[in-house]
Amino acid sequence: MKTLYRNLLGGREGAVGLAVLAVLIFAVFPLALDVFRLNLIGKYLTYAFVAIGLVLCWGYGGILSLGQGVFFGLGGYCMAMFLKLEASTPEATAIQSTPGIPDFMDWNQLTALPWFWEPFHSFSFTLLAVPLVPCLLAFVIGVAMFRRRVGDVYFAIVTQAIALILSVFIIGQQGMTGGVNGITDLKTLLGWDIRSDSARLVLYFVNGALLFACILTGRFLLSSKLGKLLVAMRDKEERVRFSGYDVAGFKIFIFCVAAVFSAVGGAMFTLQVGFMSPSFVGIVPSIEMVIYAAVGGRLSLLGAVYGTLLVNFGKSYFSESFPELWLFLMGGLFIAVVMAFPNGLAGLYARHVRPRLSRRAPAARVAAPAGPAPGAASPAIPAHAKPTEAA
Amino acid sequence: MTPPLMNQTVQTAQAFALYVEGLTVAFNGFTAVDNLNLYVDRGELRVVIGPNGAGKTTLLDLICGRTRATSGSIRFKDIELTRMSEHEIVRAGVGRKFQTPSIYETLSVRENLEVSFPRGRSVFGAMAFRRTPDVVERVERTAEDIFLADMLDQSAELLSHGQKQWLEIGMLLMQEPELMMLDEPVAGMSVSEREKTVELLNRIASDRSMIVIEHDMEFVKHIADKVTVLHQGKVLAEGSMEAVQSDPRVVEVYLGH
Repeated sequence: MKTLYRNLLGGREGAVGLAVLAVLIFAVFPLALDVFRLNLIGKYLTYAFVAIGLVLCWGYGGILSLGQGVFFGLGGYCMAMFLKLEASTPEATAIQSTPGIPDFMDWNQLTALPWFWEPFHSFSFTLLAVPLVPCLLAFVIGVAMFRRRVGDVYFAIVTQAIALILSVFIIGQQGMTGGVNGITDLKTLLGWDIRSDSARLVLYFVNGALLFACILTGRFLLSSKLGKLLVAMRDKEERVRFSGYDVAGFKIFIFCVAAVFSAVGGAMFTLQVGFMSPSFVGIVPSIEMVIYAAVGGRLSLLGAVYGTLLVNFGKSYFSESFPELWLFLMGGLFIAVVMAFPNGLAGLYARHVRPRLSRRAPAARVAAPAGPAPGAASPAIPAHAKPTEAA
Repeated sequence: MTPPLMNQTVQTAQAFALYVEGLTVAFNGFTAVDNLNLYVDRGELRVVIGPNGAGKTTLLDLICGRTRATSGSIRFKDIELTRMSEHEIVRAGVGRKFQTPSIYETLSVRENLEVSFPRGRSVFGAMAFRRTPDVVERVERTAEDIFLADMLDQSAELLSHGQKQWLEIGMLLMQEPELMMLDEPVAGMSVSEREKTVELLNRIASDRSMIVIEHDMEFVKHIADKVTVLHQGKVLAEGSMEAVQSDPRVVEVYLGH
């Protein structure tokens, strides 16, 4: 019980951090906002899944992926294919020349459902495909790259190329994928109208619960020896190898975990927003997702959630007020964060807020000595300070 | 290749822990290790000396799998190491310390040692790894051995250079290697640290084979069972410290007149 408290909740400070976020997501937002705004927050939070995955694989594992949109998109597309098939009953599509297939296929003169669409008639298959298809792709990329010891910048470039390839492929294969418009006009999930206010509210809470499941999974991984090894690999990969560990195996694993988190976010995006398109797959969204993690603090799971929310609030505010300037502001923000606050919001918290809190409550300091950051993993040994992560 | 070396090989062939035979590695035409033969006994502490560029570090790199041999064979406990990956070689019982101390600066001394404990080396094993009493005991005993018992909870980056060297030796000890290879373990150490290291190496060498690269002749005298002199990727001389020191070829290329 005590171990569980320490590992999952991160001791007292970690538990408080989780509780604050839980109150914000499950109480403050739903009470303060109307369903339209809440749905918007829900959309932002789906990006937070990607940011949490990036904290694990980039912040701790040192693997910078600039192609997380690929996994977000694949998860989202898997869900969208199921919803689209449900919306494309022969009755609903009776006016098409081939009834019973998605409308965009009919427009592109397809007369039969492509083979890879067939299994998405099944909801249970879809639920498995959402995490497994992206995980499989991440595994293949991971094996190809990490077994050959491709790392750092080269890996980032390769992931970016994959993001580009996938988005070009989706746009090019209009008849099978919906092209640049994506898969739209999604109506029901097993007969349940996902566009209704009540459905949006339910989906928002499901999304929040899944987000917490991912945060807790991340905490568990980081508090285990695996977390230590990720940090060790980031610092001295060679040494880890010569301590008898298969470094590539660990990298592949954490990259797959990040991919699965992203895919869950993607599927929840499709459900809450009602469509999925290649504009969430390519290079730009993938880099934006890295910015969320960087702004929040790449060593903090909770920070990644706040970073995602902050950047997206900023995005909707500035893109409404200064649409031309937004991209420059975003780029500037990224540069400023990397240069001035390399550990993002969580780093600011650790430097400025925590010392004040602990001065006010010395007991809290004893309970959680110099934990890395509000959301970062608790050190498995709580009895000593771990200055580097927060520094 | 010198005839006396060959005779020796025949005499004690059964007892060797490590066989290096015909080992050659060439980088873009430069032959760093050239048809090298080396045999290390069980429980032996072998020191490898030689001028810069003689191939000493490359030899260790080849044994531990960091560099791939162009040709030749490395056998350890009858396992052929030349085609195995680094972590497999470690798991077979070969430990390697690098020239500059290679430790995890962001982790504490305790965590450094704990990560080196040979359990939970797979991804899922690492997730399930728990700090059981035997792990704690091993960590504390090893810390005692390497003179860092009262620094267990200190961050490793705060250690002095010599202490980092010890910590890396301790990390190897945690792995319980049957063959331990140390690349310049006393580089950058103070006189008193050197003396302690002599004591440490003599203590830990009793139940394993060791290969140590070192330049400090005084230090070598205190630890070596046998010395191998490398020159231009080949064995120039081999034998006891006294024999090697009085060998005119060794004096010529390495020790100086």
